[in-house]
Amino acid sequence: MGDYILLAISCILVNNILLAQYLGNCPFLGTSKKMETAVGMAMAVIFVLVMAGVFTWMTNAFILKPFGLEYLRTISFILVIAALVQFVEMFLRKSIPTLYAGLGIFLPLITTNCAVMGVCLININEDYSFLQALVASFSYAAGFGLALILFAGVRERILLARVPTPLQDTSIALVTAGILSLTFFAFKGMV
Amino acid sequence: MAKSLAQEFTKGLWEEIPPFRLVLGLCPTLAVTKSVENGIGMGVATTFVLVFSNILVSALRKVIPSKVRIAAFIIIIATFVTVVELLMQAFTYPLFLKLGIFIPLIVVNCIVLGRAEAFASKNNIIRSTLDGLGIGIGFTLALGSLGAVREVFGNGTFLGMSVFGPHYEPFTFMVEAPGAFMCLGLMLCIMNLIGKK
Repeated sequence: MGDYILLAISCILVNNILLAQYLGNCPFLGTSKKMETAVGMAMAVIFVLVMAGVFTWMTNAFILKPFGLEYLRTISFILVIAALVQFVEMFLRKSIPTLYAGLGIFLPLITTNCAVMGVCLININEDYSFLQALVASFSYAAGFGLALILFAGVRERILLARVPTPLQDTSIALVTAGILSLTFFAFKGMV
Repeated sequence: MAKSLAQEFTKGLWEEIPPFRLVLGLCPTLAVTKSVENGIGMGVATTFVLVFSNILVSALRKVIPSKVRIAAFIIIIATFVTVVELLMQAFTYPLFLKLGIFIPLIVVNCIVLGRAEAFASKNNIIRSTLDGLGIGIGFTLALGSLGAVREVFGNGTFLGMSVFGPHYEPFTFMVEAPGAFMCLGLMLCIMNLIGKK
């Protein structure tokens, strides 16, 4: 049990997917201008990433490994993720319309979110067991959500600040992300 | 409206240079630019995928039904990424190990899918090839220069050669994650200053 808690802390804080592993930065900058979109994106990523982590782990363990097809990992993982996102979208639209209304526009974007693909590949590269992969996927996604929502809060404040013209928009956002990343840096060596 | 073929190529080098002008493909930009070598290696791999996926998408643009086009593009891109992955594993193994999961992640690099969707699916093969080549070389240049800044200050070396002599105290901040974000932010700022008319 202790191992899993350590794994979770290391995935959420120490190896935060956005700020320490550099994955999923496009949605990080794209959806963090407003708090609402940031929360929507964070929820959608948590939802999809856990499922993608589970399904790609199973694809790898039950299909690719027994048949010696590891070289097809990239192509099969992206197919699994794309199909999964499509199914989740259709399922939500039919059965939970309120949730769909909230997550709807973010779901298609997730196919090309490298955080999802990245975590699936990390799970395989680190040789995680099924339970470890499940915990890691959820924790990485939670870390993504945490960083994204924190960053959106900071960015809403920046809107009110007077920023020099050449630094405006993406430029100041990146510098701010750097400072946020520096604070997460302090967790290094904790686990 | 119609640009000359030369313009199609050169627009990727300045006007639309990723990731500065088109803010896409940030993850590999931040992650692999710890050194010039990594940056250029990643840039070349991305260029390869970009050119060949643009060619194939453009060649098949009348055959692929528009409803499933994104899925089709992704499969085309994933195929070429697998090719690159296997080639690098065979010929440049140390670089392959350094770039790690960022090679398979070229699949989800928004630049590649973006060019396939925005350009190659609407233009002929020659134009699409030039577009892919231009954007790819622009991306390589951007990664190389960002890598150069970070390697020189963060490690005191350029392509592994010492720049400031043995007494230089490396500014390690630059090669870590926070330095990556700030360095890219400041480079964008400089680009904005130069590019202003």
